Amino acid sequence: MLRKGIALAALGLAILAAPAAQAAGGALPPKHVEFSFEGPFGKFDQAELQRGYKVYREVCSACHSMNLMYFRNLGQKGGPFYDAKYKNPNDNPYVKSIAKDYQIKDIDSETGDVIERPGTSADKFPSPFPNEAAARASNGGALPPDLSVMAKARHHGPQYIYSLLTGYKNPPAGLKVGVGQHYNPYMNGDVSAAWSGPHDKVPPGGFIAMAPPLAAGQVTFDDGTKSTLDQQAKDVAAFIAWASEPKMEERKAFGMAAMIYLFIFAGLLYASYRKIWKNVAH
Amino acid sequence: MSGHSNYEPKTGIERWLDTRLPVVRLAYDSMIDFPTPKNLNYWWTFGGILAVCLGIQLVTGIVLAMHYVPHVDHAFASVERIMRDVNYGWLIRYMHANGASMFFIAVYIHMFRGLYYGSYKAPREVLWILGCVIYLLMMATAFMGYVLPWGQMSFHGAVVITNLFGALPVVGEAITTWLWGGFAVDNPTLNRFFSLHFLLPFMIAGVVGLHIWALHVPGNNNPTGVNVKSKEDTVPFHPYYTVKDGFAIVVFLILFATFVFYNPNALGHADNYIPGNPLVTPAHIVPEWYFLPFYAILRAVPDKLGGVILMFGAIAVLFVLPWLDTSKVRSMRYRPTAKLYFFIFLLACLVLGYCGGQLPDNHVIPGLSTFKLGDADLNSMVWLSRVATLYYFAYFLVVLPVLGLTETPLPLPESISEPVLSHPANAPAGAAASPEKRG
Repeated sequence: MLRKGIALAALGLAILAAPAAQAAGGALPPKHVEFSFEGPFGKFDQAELQRGYKVYREVCSACHSMNLMYFRNLGQKGGPFYDAKYKNPNDNPYVKSIAKDYQIKDIDSETGDVIERPGTSADKFPSPFPNEAAARASNGGALPPDLSVMAKARHHGPQYIYSLLTGYKNPPAGLKVGVGQHYNPYMNGDVSAAWSGPHDKVPPGGFIAMAPPLAAGQVTFDDGTKSTLDQQAKDVAAFIAWASEPKMEERKAFGMAAMIYLFIFAGLLYASYRKIWKNVAH
Repeated sequence: MSGHSNYEPKTGIERWLDTRLPVVRLAYDSMIDFPTPKNLNYWWTFGGILAVCLGIQLVTGIVLAMHYVPHVDHAFASVERIMRDVNYGWLIRYMHANGASMFFIAVYIHMFRGLYYGSYKAPREVLWILGCVIYLLMMATAFMGYVLPWGQMSFHGAVVITNLFGALPVVGEAITTWLWGGFAVDNPTLNRFFSLHFLLPFMIAGVVGLHIWALHVPGNNNPTGVNVKSKEDTVPFHPYYTVKDGFAIVVFLILFATFVFYNPNALGHADNYIPGNPLVTPAHIVPEWYFLPFYAILRAVPDKLGGVILMFGAIAVLFVLPWLDTSKVRSMRYRPTAKLYFFIFLLACLVLGYCGGQLPDNHVIPGLSTFKLGDADLNSMVWLSRVATLYYFAYFLVVLPVLGLTETPLPLPESISEPVLSHPANAPAGAAASPEKRG
């Protein structure tokens, strides 16, 4: 009976996994890249998060907002600039100085005039554009998506971000790429309408309005790490993964304690069950 | 709740209360002293597991509602804010989201157990129907709950499902407008879904009370399907089943915790982390996994109204099942032919679930090209769904009614204790009490 149950459960799980596996569409599966935060014991690498934040700030943030992020998040436990000395991330001097570099729109409480003031730890990451129309107008009609939860909004998010950023390719002969468009085999989409080659050999991937954003040496890392395209893409993918799930480390640590508790509890209950039922034929 | 009560109030307060409101007696009779067949296997632990699931959903849901903002402009960000800034909000929200899936895993196992062991047959018809009511309420609750984060799948899922009512002739459009609270899925829709999502779980809790009441009148069915004959056949619920159910519940919680702590988004869809946008339709709109079999039935029918009728019919048929199955033998242990059909039925349900997650035109066997039959290629998910849908209904409407009249069941044991003491295979041939004779 129990064996049958396990077999059924396995079959059930296989069915559950099916819709997720199917949804990738015509894009190539993301490249395999290992991150420090994978697996049940995975943790974010703080140096990597700092480099990733720098890539975001110097490159991505020119077009992409992160509306759910506050400067204080950078200094919270597990964040890129967390310092155990400052339990309250709002007091973290790194975070304060990063925030101060930005001018934030505000209302003068005395006069009611629209003013700009230096940012504080409690401010949100400012958006690069005042509204969606402005964002589209500056980007050839395309809207750069918000990156706050991007690692959760795509299958295999961190691997996908890394693959997309490093995966730009010259379009194969026979593929007509529109003005302001770029070919990327890891982008979701369907390029068959622009393909003049054989029908069964439509190239994978889709068109993306974003030009290849990263290049070797584009960002100078403060810790002396060599600034290759690969390094930048990996670091920014890690940073976005952290921003999407800032409580991941806490979750996994809590999970370990919960698992140990549950296993011990289950063992005790099973022993009690055996003892209580010992004299009952069943 | 029924029958003889062995409760004896021990203290003055208990005696005083017992003559005014015998609530301690009720608890004692239904959870301590309740005589339960001693041969229940682990498939019977899912009732307790489901009670725990409902409790978890209620508690986490009430806390979530303290922080959630039911407005199209704020819902998405408020859910993320819960996970970022509310103390242990990530835990509460992931428990609630995965809890829905766990609830459905448990309820499906519970239902298939009932189907296999004939737990819907007399005198448990009302118990079974109340279970179907709970299942229907669960589906409505889960659907409306999935809309609340207002991601892409939330929004477009709501559009697809509410539009189904538009297929009804004459009144369809009016009903859809009424459901939406306007002329499209918008803020009024979200508001009423939130309100109903808060209400329905308490209705479920109420029907669960009736379900347990209806269970305690005839008592539990058991794997042999043979009625309890004597006190020898039963054990008191406590401690025998509190400990067995308790063990099963904790094992189930380990599975639950694996998802919550290590893969909290595995059962969801990535697109639901994109804020809902009426102007952008996702490439594939897929419901949550627990609705996929019904989604496959819906899409198997080329006609929209026909699909809607079949989809709701797939649930409606469960309500009349006690009168469709003509066999007096409850447990399929003693119905070898029915057992075979049952496992094909289980397979058909899994196949429907698989098809529901695929595009209708996807090939079943990759690379094999066949001919076009009707509106679709024979080697396509849509035809596989049709075959499975046909079997789904045939199982209830043809197999169970006919089989009960034609099959010869195996000899039934004299009592629950008999196969417990000697395995049915070793039982002497003369021991059976002619179960072939149908009443």
